[in-house]
Amino acid sequence: MTTQLETPPAESEETPPNPLTEQGSGAVADGIFRRVTLLSGVAVLVILLLIAVTTTKQAWPAFSELGTSYFFGLEWIPSEGIYGIVPLVYGTVLVSLIAVFFAVPLSIGIALFVTELAHRRVRSSITLVIDLLAAVPSVVFGLWGFYQLIPIFQSVFNAIADAVSSIPVLNVIFAPGSGSSFMSAGLVLALMIIPIITSVTREVFLTVPENDKSGSLALGATRWEMIKGVVIPHSTGGLTGAVMLGLGRAMGETVAVALLIGASPQISANLFGRGETMPAQIFRSLSEAGGLYRSALIGLGVCLFVITIVVNVSARRMVLVIDRRIKGTA
Amino acid sequence: MSNTSSESTEQVFQSLTSANMSKKRRFRNAAASVAMVGAFLLAAIPLFAMGASVLSRGLGVVLTVDWWTQPIPGDVGRADLAGNEELCDLGFGDASECEAGESSTSVVEGMQPAIVGTFLTVFGASVMAIPLGILGAVYLHEYGKTGRLARFIRFMTDVMVGVPSVVMGVFIYTIWVLNFGTNGKSAFAASLALGCLMLPIVVRSTEEMLKLVPNALREASAALGTRTWKTTLKVVLPAASAGITSGCLLAVARAAGETAPVVFTIGYVTTTNFSMRGQNTTLSAQIYSQLTNGGSIATQLAWGAAVTLVGIVLVLTLTARAISSRLTIGNT
Repeated sequence: MTTQLETPPAESEETPPNPLTEQGSGAVADGIFRRVTLLSGVAVLVILLLIAVTTTKQAWPAFSELGTSYFFGLEWIPSEGIYGIVPLVYGTVLVSLIAVFFAVPLSIGIALFVTELAHRRVRSSITLVIDLLAAVPSVVFGLWGFYQLIPIFQSVFNAIADAVSSIPVLNVIFAPGSGSSFMSAGLVLALMIIPIITSVTREVFLTVPENDKSGSLALGATRWEMIKGVVIPHSTGGLTGAVMLGLGRAMGETVAVALLIGASPQISANLFGRGETMPAQIFRSLSEAGGLYRSALIGLGVCLFVITIVVNVSARRMVLVIDRRIKGTA
Repeated sequence: MSNTSSESTEQVFQSLTSANMSKKRRFRNAAASVAMVGAFLLAAIPLFAMGASVLSRGLGVVLTVDWWTQPIPGDVGRADLAGNEELCDLGFGDASECEAGESSTSVVEGMQPAIVGTFLTVFGASVMAIPLGILGAVYLHEYGKTGRLARFIRFMTDVMVGVPSVVMGVFIYTIWVLNFGTNGKSAFAASLALGCLMLPIVVRSTEEMLKLVPNALREASAALGTRTWKTTLKVVLPAASAGITSGCLLAVARAAGETAPVVFTIGYVTTTNFSMRGQNTTLSAQIYSQLTNGGSIATQLAWGAAVTLVGIVLVLTLTARAISSRLTIGNT
């Protein structure tokens, strides 16, 4: 509040030219500095534009030669020169959805734990654990998953597949598969996106007015009823934004997924079956690829770029709406 | 302020719960609390399990001097075979090596090239991204403020944070490696990719820190007749330096752990290359390639590289946390 009141006079003091210091080196230096910082700020825009232009240019042969068979082709078999990206898009979306499905309830639980339940002293150690989870490099998740989790997943998945083998729909979704599968990659990915979803969710929960919460408790609500009746309804928009951000992160995650998904581009309803995602396919093959194959891979990068931008822009929009609402109430 | 009020509501809440309340409601409330703690444990337990397995598998090799001083062993697959006496008896492996009794222990497990490469690429990326990012944030907060361009840049920076790292790699691959051929693969190219990754993170975290600098400082400086550029350099940035450092360290940690943008921009070497030019390798790239090599020695190298990389990242992250926690105490 106070800072907002102080800002306008500061601005009006700076913007009109001051006759005392109008001439001289100070004004020149100020202009130069302003321009340097402006250029640095614009660098972000330039890089984004360059990414879009150069990658699209390199991917153009694939786009124009293959046309609809590229964007809507149901098979990706590079050895036979068949480049249809649908199986890869399918894998990317499926794995990300699995990750979000598991990560969102956990993240909301952790965020509620931090904001509503935990004592102040416990709070910092919880955030430390989440920060550490965020700090672990993707490739280490991949390494750990590859050697430690895949054998475990293998037996668990087989047990589940056995258990549901006679139930009509479930026996297709949970058919016997392998240790490296959509589900394995999705589960590890869930762990990796918990930090981002948790931190955004926490920010959102912190904006719930203290008065509303106290009022609810004063009316005799239990803590859980207060959370259900006040915190969650107040946060739905922000939560959607957090989920979208997590989804965007999950879609772009590369190495861990590449190590756990089984490298087999296919459209299969079996969550325990092998698959492939767009970033994993690029990562695996780009160095050795040439000609049309390389264009097709770079085209995957373009598609990924576009998809993640759409997801992120809509997520930011939702978070922005929340921001505005907070500023309105403050 | 908010703490005292929440504590008082807590007391009211306590008195209410102990009084008459239906068992069902009390049970639901308790179940929800248990679920929240459970959610945390479900995230924390895998983290500790991962930490334990990385340490137990990789720490041994990292504690040797060879690890930090020797080149990466080349043909680890063959060494694996040579060390396996049963396979030798069956006629597999190189006959001469079998006769010589050369064992897998004779392989010197070193990782110096990757350690040097990691520091080189991250250093290069930092030199490019940190000054640019800080200046960009200065524009957003000190000049652009809520203007149209500044708002657009801010929005696009947020979007750029979400661009997958593999796309940054593809970008540098198309703009650099494809133009310069195999010679283009170098620590410098990897630095460019990591720099693109770091830039938006640095811009956003620096701007958040500039927001924390009290306006009174800027006004006091302006009242003394100081120009904005001088105020920014001599007053605002020093005041925010701790927070900016912390944000930059987190960006560096993020870059150090990245694999995807590095693998196709840096190439591969097994001997130490101290130059920004020419092919190189990093710890993260080594973890991936040793893992795909397979075999017991390669696996050992991968776990060792993981311990080293996690160690570097942890030091950076914890330092950043320590700096920023001291900062918040100073502020309140």
